[in-house]
Amino acid sequence: MSESQIVLEAKGITKQFPGVLASDNVNFDLRKGEIHALLGENGAGKSTLMNLIYGLHMPDKGEIIVNGKPVEIKSPNDSIAAGIGMVHQHFMLIPVFTVAENVMLGDEETKRSSLDRASVAAKINEISKQYGLDVDPNALVGPLPVGIQQRVEIVKTLYRNAEIVILDEPTAVLTPQEAEDLFRIMRDLTARGVSIIFITHKLKEVLAVADRITVMRAGRVINTVKPSETDSAQLANMMVGRQVILTVDKKDHEASGDVLKVEGLTVRDQRNLETVHNVSFTVRGGEVLGIAGVQGNGQTELSEALTGLRSPNGGKVTIDGNDLTGKPPRVITEAGLAHIPEDRQRHGLVLSYSIADNMALCDYYRTPFSVRGVIQPKALDENARKLISAFDVRTPSPFVNAGKLSGGNQQKVIVGRELSRDNVKLVVANQPTRGLDVGSIEYIHSEIIKMRDRGVAVLLISAELDEIMALSDRIAVMYRGQIVAVVDAKKTTREQLGLWMAGAHVETV
Amino acid sequence: MDWKRFGFIALIIIVLFSVVVMVGQAKQPPLLIITSMLATTIAVATPLTLGALSGVFCERAGVVNIGIEGMMLTAAFFGWLSGIYTFNIFHLPPSLCIVLGVFFAILTGAVMSLLHAMLSVTFKVDQIIGGTVINILAVGLTGFLNRQLFFGSTSVFEGTVPSSPGVLPTIHIPITELFTSVCGSSAACIQNVEAINRVFDQKPIAMSAIILVFFSHYILFNTRWGLRTRAVGEHPKAADTVGINVSYMRYANVIIGGMFAGLAGAYFTIESVPSFEPLLTNGRGFISLAAMIFGNWTPIGAWAASLVFGASQALLINMQIFRDVIPPQWSFLQESYIVGLTPYILTMFILTGIIGKTSAPAADGVPYEK
Repeated sequence: MSESQIVLEAKGITKQFPGVLASDNVNFDLRKGEIHALLGENGAGKSTLMNLIYGLHMPDKGEIIVNGKPVEIKSPNDSIAAGIGMVHQHFMLIPVFTVAENVMLGDEETKRSSLDRASVAAKINEISKQYGLDVDPNALVGPLPVGIQQRVEIVKTLYRNAEIVILDEPTAVLTPQEAEDLFRIMRDLTARGVSIIFITHKLKEVLAVADRITVMRAGRVINTVKPSETDSAQLANMMVGRQVILTVDKKDHEASGDVLKVEGLTVRDQRNLETVHNVSFTVRGGEVLGIAGVQGNGQTELSEALTGLRSPNGGKVTIDGNDLTGKPPRVITEAGLAHIPEDRQRHGLVLSYSIADNMALCDYYRTPFSVRGVIQPKALDENARKLISAFDVRTPSPFVNAGKLSGGNQQKVIVGRELSRDNVKLVVANQPTRGLDVGSIEYIHSEIIKMRDRGVAVLLISAELDEIMALSDRIAVMYRGQIVAVVDAKKTTREQLGLWMAGAHVETV
Repeated sequence: MDWKRFGFIALIIIVLFSVVVMVGQAKQPPLLIITSMLATTIAVATPLTLGALSGVFCERAGVVNIGIEGMMLTAAFFGWLSGIYTFNIFHLPPSLCIVLGVFFAILTGAVMSLLHAMLSVTFKVDQIIGGTVINILAVGLTGFLNRQLFFGSTSVFEGTVPSSPGVLPTIHIPITELFTSVCGSSAACIQNVEAINRVFDQKPIAMSAIILVFFSHYILFNTRWGLRTRAVGEHPKAADTVGINVSYMRYANVIIGGMFAGLAGAYFTIESVPSFEPLLTNGRGFISLAAMIFGNWTPIGAWAASLVFGASQALLINMQIFRDVIPPQWSFLQESYIVGLTPYILTMFILTGIIGKTSAPAADGVPYEK
């Protein structure tokens, strides 16, 4: 690859945002037909650099050279004209439009002033066939699975004849299978001369698909390496700037009696479909029970039923012998539940409240936070300062709104609030590290193991098989609303779990 | 197409018409009642239809516009006023004055909506507040100018309202003429054709409103402009990333909406009655918003909903015509305040979402921040 020509070069790009130097004299180049991964933690400046190249922001200094010619990119129009396409992390698709309408938006084909949907559909079908990107031009985008929506985004760039495609965290929303599919598409694209910038913070993916890897940290380029010349540990060190322990340090630990007991639990979702069928399991004190499974197999409803966010339609849930079936969240919380919810922004935090307020959300009505119904700001403040330092939340002050924090720090606020309470007997952690950077993941994993070592029962629900394997003592596999297998974590393999997750028949449960 | 919604609309209209036919058949043949009801319905639905179209364009582009009422009122005033000025001071021929009046009404709507666009797009003011500002401004401005110009001996016109150039004429569609040969000498046949003809003999703004409904539908759903407008109202950031100028699209559509509201204003003082009184729009701007919502933010749906309100107003008018033949057990229909409530009760009923959920554009009312 080293001989092929450079199609895109960014030279000395500098961008100052209020309070942050988001891009500090960054140099970056992309060769024809390569996948160049841009690796870095959240906030390292990857997305900023790409937004500058795509014209969503203007750099303060530096120049961008496309195919040997310096170009001035003031808006997305300029970058589209220069053959650059971008697939944003949060898809830029309009759910109520069809695929064809989304693809043509901004570059519409018309026939006698009417939109020419047929010719756009034909062009999309042609692109689909050429690049193996199967999409139906007449389908509405909203109901499509995320994997397909992402394809629509890629088709959108190709429709505009993009030769350089920027993929911003493309795998963050995908299931492992969908991610595999995406990697195949990426290789197909490069084989046809498209060059790809692949932004991610997942080390494994980078090593699997990239031709070159550029690591960024704090707005600077640390190094550019080839995957053959490096490994996960070295990349992680470059990303975080210190030694990172990628494997979880977990000692053997003796489990005690049953803490959470679930018997015959049946739950319906908001469409009134039964998504959890007759599920039974127990979690003992001092152990981590991991629930593996592809997303959408009932995990969300299961955790909602356990934490009181949704009433079960049948079965029984007990914590330490107390029947808590269908009880409101406060009762369950007071019985010893700590809940790290799946969607931290919707169910974990009040984004427009300060960190201090968020850290008292479970206990605000009790002393010391409330005295005779009056909130005690001093107690809130003290509590927040204590937890901010204990749980390493990076924030200028406890009065910052939770919505202003990065994902990792938001999650630390939740973890801090939930795990610091003194009567915790059970932790339900649903996707606790989704979308987080390596440093935060490492931290949250160690906190979960700490709880387990203190004798607390932990129920870990995750779609990341690696996370399940690393933390769990026992693993239950959920498939189509049922627990299809419960195994000792030491006596199973990734492959075996993967088969169960895909619905392979199980003999022994 | 949303058949449940349109079926419900048809049902209400049929019920309202049936009431009038039942009451009035002692006095007039049903066909005549139905056709005259239809003609009135279409005519009085005009400002609602145009107001609803105004809302459709604004909100499809992502700007909530509750200032339609105010835009209508201001346009009604200035359209009327410009007619009077050009007629009495420049002594232009009356037909030209009327046309100029319509033009100035549309211009007034555009200027008022430009203010709304500036508040909501450029200054990112809460759009409900922005619309309220427009409404309050409209009431104050028209009321003040009306008094300064026409009331009291110290006013500009020294206490008299000068004569206006009149109203827009009814355009006759020659259906009767076409059918006279078909009917031959049958007088009943000719009478029936004449009755039907009344439905089509409308004034220019009423006619253009119907044409504009279908034209708007075409624009919104089949052209580049419409696709971009809807994109900006659904997901402005997505539009921005493909190089669409979000602010420009929002400004332009809010101003287009304002022009529709201006034409609606012209209906009151240039097409319907050649006079102005304070607060003459009487909540129709708000009812047209309800029609827009019930029509699920589509021009044709909004028109159909406007016809429901038009029909309930036609009911009110006809109840006065048939006052003397209302049977005693229906006597409550004589009370104009009870019948007059119908549009408002319908509005509340419709807005509860009983007839299927409506869905607003996703970014409706949300200022776009890069």
